[in-house]
Amino acid sequence: MVAPTPAPAPSEVSQPVDDTRTKPDQPWIVLVWNDPINLMSYVAFVLQKLFGYSREKADGLMLQVHHEGRAVVANGPRETCELHVFRLHEHGLWATMQHDL
Amino acid sequence: MARFRRRVTRTRRGTYQIRLPQGEKDLLENLATQLRTMLSLGTSDPALRRLFPTAYHEDVERDREYQQLVRDELVDRRLAALTTVEETSAVQEVTEEQLAHWLTGLNDLRLVLGTRLDVSEDTDGTDGDDDDPDVTARSIYDYLGFLLTEIVDALAEGLPPSVESDI
Repeated sequence: MVAPTPAPAPSEVSQPVDDTRTKPDQPWIVLVWNDPINLMSYVAFVLQKLFGYSREKADGLMLQVHHEGRAVVANGPRETCELHVFRLHEHGLWATMQHDL
Repeated sequence: MARFRRRVTRTRRGTYQIRLPQGEKDLLENLATQLRTMLSLGTSDPALRRLFPTAYHEDVERDREYQQLVRDELVDRRLAALTTVEETSAVQEVTEEQLAHWLTGLNDLRLVLGTRLDVSEDTDGTDGDDDDPDVTARSIYDYLGFLLTEIVDALAEGLPPSVESDI
């Protein structure tokens, strides 16, 4: 994680600007949502193929999607997660991303 | 009837053999052509929306940007997959890449068909009776699910060993 370079602070400013608003590396999470059409075996296979997960892990995530309505399947920086979402969409899965709060 | 013989199998060379009766080959080619045509024409069929899901469900503006960014690429990849199905529906052996196209192409067909049939968790597509006007569409939907399962099983045999990473 790379911290933003602080601007040179004038001597009268004792504290740097609060940076809670901008966290460029704040992790994102990728969610897969339950849908009534995609086959369970298909969803598990796509998770194995795209993320390199073991059969057991992919099955576990798929079952979590099935029973709980959704599961976090990946996390990371925004660009990475957007690529994951794109690949999941290419495979017809209901995937979304959001900040990991 | 070759009901219990697998239609899709992985060979020792890492390719895949597909054994389909002629009627099934014709059906798949026909379906792929139909969906490819709809996607190429940019048809505003509501069932096609299922192929372009929301990415940022909590941020309308970011989702609009995402859709603009990926829409053409998603269409191109879907067209490429469907074209592969059309071009290889009659052959007996395909590469892994081609079978991966079959996987997404057939799944797209099933998603569109399932959306049109308004399939829900409670209706698995098999409970239409003979009076059901959608009985043909339902049997095609079920057939696509059956063939997809075979393709998934065959492709799973070719997966590399997993590289576990924590979520």
